[in-house]
Amino acid sequence: MENSTGVPRLPFKNRLFNAIGVLQGPVLAIIGSIVVGGIIILVSGRNPFEAYWAMLKGAFAGERLINLAATLNRAVPIVGMGLAAAIPLKAGLFNIGGEGQMVLGGFSAALIAIYLPIPDAIMLPVVLVSAAIVGGLYALLAITIEDRFNVPLLIATLLLNYPARLLTTYFVKNQFRDTVTAANQTLPVPAAARFALLTTGSMLNTGIFIIISLIIISALVIHRTVPGYNLRMAGLNRRFAIYGGVDIRMLEFKIMFLSGAVAGIVGAVVVLGVFYRYVDMSLTAPAYAWVGLMAAILSRADPLGVALAGFIFSAITTGGYGMERDTSIPREMSVFLQALIIMFMAVRTSFQLKRKTR
Amino acid sequence: MEAFFASLNANFLNSLFRFATPVLLAALGGILCARVGVFNIALEGMMLTGAFTAVAGEYYSGDPWIGVLSGCLGAAVLALIYAILVITLKGNEVVVGIATNLFASGLTTFLLPAMFHVKGKFFDPRLVGLSNIKIPVLHELPFLGPLLSGQTVLVYLTWLLYILAGIMLFRTALGLRLRGVGEQPLAAATLGVKVNAFRYMAVLLSGIFCGLAGAQLSVGIVNVFVQDMAAGRGWIAVVAVLLGQANPLGVFITGVFFGLADSLSLQLQGVGLAPQFTEMLPYLVTLLVFGLVRARQKHPRSALAN
Repeated sequence: MENSTGVPRLPFKNRLFNAIGVLQGPVLAIIGSIVVGGIIILVSGRNPFEAYWAMLKGAFAGERLINLAATLNRAVPIVGMGLAAAIPLKAGLFNIGGEGQMVLGGFSAALIAIYLPIPDAIMLPVVLVSAAIVGGLYALLAITIEDRFNVPLLIATLLLNYPARLLTTYFVKNQFRDTVTAANQTLPVPAAARFALLTTGSMLNTGIFIIISLIIISALVIHRTVPGYNLRMAGLNRRFAIYGGVDIRMLEFKIMFLSGAVAGIVGAVVVLGVFYRYVDMSLTAPAYAWVGLMAAILSRADPLGVALAGFIFSAITTGGYGMERDTSIPREMSVFLQALIIMFMAVRTSFQLKRKTR
Repeated sequence: MEAFFASLNANFLNSLFRFATPVLLAALGGILCARVGVFNIALEGMMLTGAFTAVAGEYYSGDPWIGVLSGCLGAAVLALIYAILVITLKGNEVVVGIATNLFASGLTTFLLPAMFHVKGKFFDPRLVGLSNIKIPVLHELPFLGPLLSGQTVLVYLTWLLYILAGIMLFRTALGLRLRGVGEQPLAAATLGVKVNAFRYMAVLLSGIFCGLAGAQLSVGIVNVFVQDMAAGRGWIAVVAVLLGQANPLGVFITGVFFGLADSLSLQLQGVGLAPQFTEMLPYLVTLLVFGLVRARQKHPRSALAN
């Protein structure tokens, strides 16, 4: 029983226990935040059970499961950005510049689809690949700054978010604004560049399959291939990976490019599947990158775990709207619940992780 | 160009320290943490929490000074949580720091509609804010007058705190022990220095300073609370600490430099440059300066992972 990395696989029973052990932290974190959130609802003079019931209905129920479709649709960018954060995190790198990479990817996707004469048949792939390259290059810029100028990656990635956001806002307000409409947005993208809707009544579209494929591919690469093994080794013990002959700098450049590429694709998927144009703030206001980062931390950077955690975070946000409608508790409660989960998770991992950065 | 130089007037000079102060205060907390060996990247979240609780405190009490105090208190509570996670539970500083920042953002986003029934921005005529102090004689001088006079008390307090921090760190036994905790924790512990007590103290003080920073931002400058109004200033403070190598003088100079970039960005808007480009300035300048200064130093990740 060996897989391609040559490491013997554990018997099924052990793997099952490992899985339960891994899940224990996130589950406890979610339960803890539900309890604390419930206490706060109780203190504010409302019934927590009613509130959570409204939230559940808001997230999953509705006529023809329309709320579930909305939850899935929101999960697409969250899970995608979670994956963009998880790939470097698994290797011990913090890319907190996903937002900038996503924004530039989404914006360039819109521009390329609108202004370049691309045949319909290859439109979607060309636009997606371009968005991936733009996002990837922006992430490469961050690690190049680290490599050349010794700016810690954490800080380089974070600070690069702001110019990307401001730059796209500038362009979408000026050169590339659709002057027919009052909003700050580009022209609509041609029909060939749009993902098809999957339901009526929600914006859930075929773009979800792009994200699902990315999750499956990354899970396979990380757990079943030699580069994936090197990546995990770099995260577990950087020096060991170097002693093992891994060209760690090269590996880290590749990882950052892939991370940025995923973020760029996520931006493109939202632009081409939901708005059909680039709308100013549409990618940054919902904080997809940050909720995705939380999903990556919660799942300890495991691709399949990111999908689950991202889905849960999405359900909390979508459910928040239902809660606001039914109980008048502000839907920002869901942002707080997510923040609580991540804080509890920090407590849990604090018990388990050693201080790596010291 | 002429309009640009004409705009380098009293307003510009006056805004320099107004904008530099939040970064300077947060960075002072960062200095203490760095000196005891805690890489505190939660300054941003603490500043944001301080800005919120400061506005809330002033709104409910009607007194901006109660606002400043509650700003410190709010940020200190968050700092205490951070300290427990990082020092007692030995959590990964980067993970806990990011979590703390996200928590602060989520908490204030939720409390804004829950307490004040508004979204995104809170403004009320009851918020009068801190008054600016006019220093006699100095106030009338050209250049120095607008630069140094007419600031909130927090600005002057910041200068005093930097001087005190410099003296404390390098001229007192307390400072020696504090530095020892960061540089040789084992040796310090062997000599009977309570390592964790020093670390808790440093993190709590950084919370209080970030509370002051948040208060300067909300009740000191604009008298409103805007969602995520720290806008990366806590991160710029982290950069200032790294650049100034946790030395109060070096960090002060770096912080003032960022204040310069911030107020310059406001001035450039006045002469017709697109606001998006001028707002980029502080972040780009930060990266550029960091790059120029640090290019010859050790690789950051190897420095962190010693």
